[in-house]
Amino acid sequence: MDDLYRDYILDHYKRPRNFGELDPHDLEALEHNPLCGDELGVHILVKDDQIEDLRFHGHGCAISQAAASIASEELKGMKLAEVGELGADWMIDLLGIPVSATRRKCALLNLKVVRGAVTGDHAWPT
Amino acid sequence: MPPVAESTLSVRADFPILQRRPNGRPLIYLDSAATSQKPEAVIAAIADHLREHNANVHRGVYALAQEADAAFEGARTRIAAFVNADPLTTIFTKNVTEAINLIAYSWGRANVHEGDAVLVTQAEHHANLVPWQVLCRERGATLRYLEVDEHGGLSLDALDRELERGDVRLVAFAHVSNVLGTINPIAEIAGRARAAGALTVIDGAQGVPQLPVDVAAIGADFYAWTGHKALGPTGIGVLHGRREVLERMEPFLTGGDMIASVDFDGATWGELPSKFEAGTQPIAEAVGLAAAVDYLAALGMERVREHEQALTARMLEGLAAVPGLRVVGPLDAAARGGLASFTIEGLHPHDVAELCDREGVCIRAGHHCAQPLMRCLGVGATARASIGVYNEQADIDALVHALQSARGVFGLDGSRNGAAA
Repeated sequence: MDDLYRDYILDHYKRPRNFGELDPHDLEALEHNPLCGDELGVHILVKDDQIEDLRFHGHGCAISQAAASIASEELKGMKLAEVGELGADWMIDLLGIPVSATRRKCALLNLKVVRGAVTGDHAWPT
Repeated sequence: MPPVAESTLSVRADFPILQRRPNGRPLIYLDSAATSQKPEAVIAAIADHLREHNANVHRGVYALAQEADAAFEGARTRIAAFVNADPLTTIFTKNVTEAINLIAYSWGRANVHEGDAVLVTQAEHHANLVPWQVLCRERGATLRYLEVDEHGGLSLDALDRELERGDVRLVAFAHVSNVLGTINPIAEIAGRARAAGALTVIDGAQGVPQLPVDVAAIGADFYAWTGHKALGPTGIGVLHGRREVLERMEPFLTGGDMIASVDFDGATWGELPSKFEAGTQPIAEAVGLAAAVDYLAALGMERVREHEQALTARMLEGLAAVPGLRVVGPLDAAARGGLASFTIEGLHPHDVAELCDREGVCIRAGHHCAQPLMRCLGVGATARASIGVYNEQADIDALVHALQSARGVFGLDGSRNGAAA
């Protein structure tokens, strides 16, 4: 069994959940991974101050796509105030694989995009 | 595939880092286009300089300072001779990026005006692109792009059409593309540009490490390259310029060492090359780079080229056997330098590089500082394997094996049912 490319990671990579466009949507953001030029965008529908629905779009490596797919399932129904509090550890723990320093941005890109859309803070999650 | 001579170089033992065995495996280094490894001769030359001859250069009267002077200026002479250039017009910079900024600021700000054009190719590294974008924006000039065809080549007819418009002041292009691998007809381009009254700037970062280079014969106005890709240390680049152009240029950086005299009202500039070398120079780095070019000269650059061409042919052949793999750039090893950028269907380049690393194979993945070109190629990123003098056939075979394994991990060979698409 591969430590990094586990079956569930490859499954989310090949069959990403909540990918596509969402129209209409209330919030959106688009970010790039400076390492490779990959891009990831998000559309978010808000209801009662929480994420009613969301869709990611863009392209990336297995780590970044799987991370976005896995996160999307957790983010649905989350309060916007909670999203602003999410840090890097939340994503890394959720991913459940040892992410090296060089791949960290791949794993965190989706959280950066979502936090950017929700809070306007476009900094990398720490 | 035409028959290719077997490589006759076997110098892996000269490179201490290649004796490392990460995870008990040989280190397979295929990222020389990013930076080369260093032979013992270079490491020893730098250490010897720092242990025995270190002092600041120029104007020291004591014997040790004179030794440092002789080492530094002697290094310049050897480095210039290696590419058949004049030491007086051989300027040390930090790297190619700084060399091109030097031209863009010192020559560009004085000579490019509103309505003028600068011509670059679509395949340039950001180092030979962004300084021209900034210059053109600042001066109200236009930056135009020479198209790269589907085989990674440039059209000389298209170049002529651009030059005939009469507004091109400068043409900037790579000797060897760091993504496509294409070896450009640089002397031909320089000749046509010169006939049209345009200056030429050649980014030789990927040229000098692997091809015989004769700066005088190329006839460009500027040819820049960097030490660390040519077996030397980081922190030192080289700019060869045409003397009459350099003499008319104002300095780029000003301060110590580059002056003839200074008073409270102003300063006058030193002679070439010191006019363009402000502040304490990379002295130990120059000594190291001189040792590197001595090492390459002893191997013989014709032989280095034969070696890399033979390995490139083997690499192209090996890559062609990997299902779903597409190489960008020319498919003939004779038309390209020792590198191959590629994509594999169903595998992102980052994952390719990560999985190659499991087998001790170091390759690069990303946009290779050529984002506009990536968009032309219709890819976000590629994986890139690049060859150095120290590589051997076994390294190429290890790469191909690692790529096949990577496909297996992703279930692309049907071996992993749980992960099947």
